[in-house]
Amino acid sequence: MTAVTERQQLAYIANQAADMRVNVELETEGMTLNIGPQHPATHGTLRIIVKLDGEQVVAADPVPGYMHRGYEKLAEVRTYPQVTTLVNRIDWLGSFANEVPFILAAERLMEVEAPPRAQWIRTILFELSRIGNIALFLGDMAVQLGAVTPVFYAFRDREYVLNQIEAITGGRFHPNFDRIGGLKDDIPKGWVAETKGVLTKMRAFCDELDELLVGNEIFTARTRGVGVIPPEVGLSYGLSGANLRASGIDWDHRRDSPCGLVYDKLDWKVWTHPDGDSFARYWVRLQETREAILMLEQLLDGIPSGPIMAKVPRIIKVPAGEAYVATENPLGEMGYYVVSKGDLVPFRVKIRSASFNNISIVPWVLRGVYVPDVITILASLYFILGDIDR
Amino acid sequence: MSLVPGVIKGLAVTLGEARKTVFPDGLRKPPAPSKGAVTVQYPRQKEDPTPRARGVIALHEENCTACMLCARECPDWCIYIEAHKYLAPPRREGGKPRQRNELDRFDIDFSLCMFCGICVEVCPFEALFWSPEFEYSEPRIADLLHDKGRLADWMTTVPDFEPYEAGAEVKVKKIPR
Amino acid sequence: MTTQLAVELAYWQQSILRSVGVIAAVLLPAGTIVYLFLFKMMSFMQSRLGPNEAGPYGSMQLLAEVGKFLQKEDLIPDGADRRVFTWAPIVVVASTFVTYVVVPFGPDAWFAQIPTGIYFALAVSSLSVIGVLMAGWSSANKYSLMGGLRAAGQLIAYELPLVLAALGVVIQAGTMDMQGIVAAQRTGEIFGFGGIGNPFILTQFVGFMIFLIAMQAELTQPPFDMPVAESELVAGYMTEYSGFRFLLFFIGEYATAGAFSAIAATLFLGGWALPGLDLDNNLMNVLGPVVLLVKILLIMFLVMWFRVTYPRFREDQLQIFAWKYLIPLSLVNITATAVLKVVF
Repeated sequence: MTAVTERQQLAYIANQAADMRVNVELETEGMTLNIGPQHPATHGTLRIIVKLDGEQVVAADPVPGYMHRGYEKLAEVRTYPQVTTLVNRIDWLGSFANEVPFILAAERLMEVEAPPRAQWIRTILFELSRIGNIALFLGDMAVQLGAVTPVFYAFRDREYVLNQIEAITGGRFHPNFDRIGGLKDDIPKGWVAETKGVLTKMRAFCDELDELLVGNEIFTARTRGVGVIPPEVGLSYGLSGANLRASGIDWDHRRDSPCGLVYDKLDWKVWTHPDGDSFARYWVRLQETREAILMLEQLLDGIPSGPIMAKVPRIIKVPAGEAYVATENPLGEMGYYVVSKGDLVPFRVKIRSASFNNISIVPWVLRGVYVPDVITILASLYFILGDIDR
Repeated sequence: MSLVPGVIKGLAVTLGEARKTVFPDGLRKPPAPSKGAVTVQYPRQKEDPTPRARGVIALHEENCTACMLCARECPDWCIYIEAHKYLAPPRREGGKPRQRNELDRFDIDFSLCMFCGICVEVCPFEALFWSPEFEYSEPRIADLLHDKGRLADWMTTVPDFEPYEAGAEVKVKKIPR
Repeated sequence: MTTQLAVELAYWQQSILRSVGVIAAVLLPAGTIVYLFLFKMMSFMQSRLGPNEAGPYGSMQLLAEVGKFLQKEDLIPDGADRRVFTWAPIVVVASTFVTYVVVPFGPDAWFAQIPTGIYFALAVSSLSVIGVLMAGWSSANKYSLMGGLRAAGQLIAYELPLVLAALGVVIQAGTMDMQGIVAAQRTGEIFGFGGIGNPFILTQFVGFMIFLIAMQAELTQPPFDMPVAESELVAGYMTEYSGFRFLLFFIGEYATAGAFSAIAATLFLGGWALPGLDLDNNLMNVLGPVVLLVKILLIMFLVMWFRVTYPRFREDQLQIFAWKYLIPLSLVNITATAVLKVVF
């Protein structure tokens, strides 16, 4: 821990020094480059102030907040069923996964539990949104590295996943399907068989990326050893999800605290990579997509029959209390701290979104790299702007 | 640095995809890119949205009692309802006249709507339904305010509810026609 | 092209004909490349159709694009060096036009015959780097500046393997005249077998590969597109350009692609000549440009195929690749060629 604070101090000093930095031989001054808020690499409106010496980064400072929508405050004047509509829009690529921890927190406060069928369908949708989300990362990272084609494959194959989500929830991006005590509706006939077909397509997509990108020497040259995050640094900056697992830390909420979801009934493993560089982050996510496909196959075969809603009152009043529930979202740990005063609306909702913590390491990891590597590292950290600025 | 294997494999992938796009039925058949491409040529072809797709909200006016539940539950309050009470003639001879609500106004502002579906869900009298219709964009934003006549017109496009997968205990509802 | 015409033309008439000819020679391959590869092949490789509304199979899309660019507002940033800013795209396009001058299209069809044609072409084509640097410097934009500097470094680094690869051909053909190189390939023979002549792609395969890679870098196409790297530098040196000036850069980019492919086709694929066929000169004067165009498209297919498939290198990796691998390899190639030339 002490090592990190030292590094933080160094980063601060370097930041200060960058302004007056003078190269002794050439007498050059540092250049301040604003990456964003409108820049193709930030896929949204993240601004990163980068101080450069030549093409080398001396200091980097992320400035989030350009897309702040105030969901935590908005949630204080929305009833519990209405909040799921809002939280859909936090991580817009894996929106169903955003609803689950909030609903689970509310359920914990109300002391109800969803029936097993609802839990299974929740887990299915959770993993489907994970595939849909990470598939886009797998293509997007390639486009940040200059390969134009994989992103089209990603959009093409993600479409099948979105169609399946739409067929069951009615919304492609904003399902709003999770309810306190269960789900809004049951799955339509023929959906399971169709989804199995989609899983074959997604597996083919993973194999295609393996050949097109992961095996490509240019790709490995661009990503190996770039943006290495040692495990202890990753932990101390509060990274989570695949970013942390790529640094070799075997830590996954799905396995370690599977509350309300049925991961403990499945046969699967958590992928880690010892390197902690950009390649490792890409590789871990690719493996996770494969693992999600494996999980989904087991899930689709084992849906129990039964009701999908527990008995909850029509007008939901959550008893007073506090609860924090976190799940392993596609981007990392996503948690909701819900404080209730026994009202129709939550008294306070604190959203712990993964991307906000994941980009907090940007000043540390960007120091000393070249401008092209800035893009590689930002892409491999994989943030979604809605997830940074709630 | 052996540049050969991975690099060549990548070339094979892109060429293979081009083959799949241009010759979807195999190389012997004539090229048919419009069949092999995954894109849908929108104004000419259309995708079939699933029956559950949330396209536009339809109103079955006879069932609406102007209870205002939907307007109250809407997260961004984009439903506007006005109604008045009137005394309907009694059903049976000599009975009391019944008190009824008549809708004067039922507007949904689709420029504000978040398509969350809460209004459809909370409606206790089954007056609101989702239609997968999506082609109602307007050049003027004010025209996105659909009045009750327009919302009632969407009822014709509402598909029947699908049957459920095996193991479901939910009953399939009927759409009032 | 004018020398064989039956009608005697005045000098000014000849000049006009030549100018029209150069414009056609520059724009036709460029348009074909953009439509065929950038619009269609790239789309097919990405499971989509590409433009298909304007004209049959979208073939008029290019005109629509030109119309779109012409309608756009011509913006010059406040801090820009206006004179340099406006001249930069013209310099880039001009260098392309001049490159085409020495490319032979048939036995008697050329714009200018220079005894050191290949030398002239390679020298002139590198003029575009000045335009790029001008654009990057004058835009008053940090991204543009970095793009311009990267372009300068990259184009200079890859000029060397390009020239060295061409040198192998020059040694083997024994002439620097482009027409002479075509003749050497038409009449040459490989170890006594003269059935298809000697297209230098067979005997100079290493040189061809080096030329192709260096060409990819000179054209700033992926995997060597750092100067315009859209995910890093927005659009590199073109960031501040809009409307007609951007169009000029765009034309310059693909016309240069056509010009380099024409040179490569002349050096390695036998230029306008059909291998193994000895046709009448007058017929070849008409057929030659078509043959050359087909060969240009063959080479561009490879270039655009790489472009669609690969991610881009980093700046330092690019330089390492040029100086540590390509240049030594091409030097070895030259030595081997020279030794074999002396032996046989």
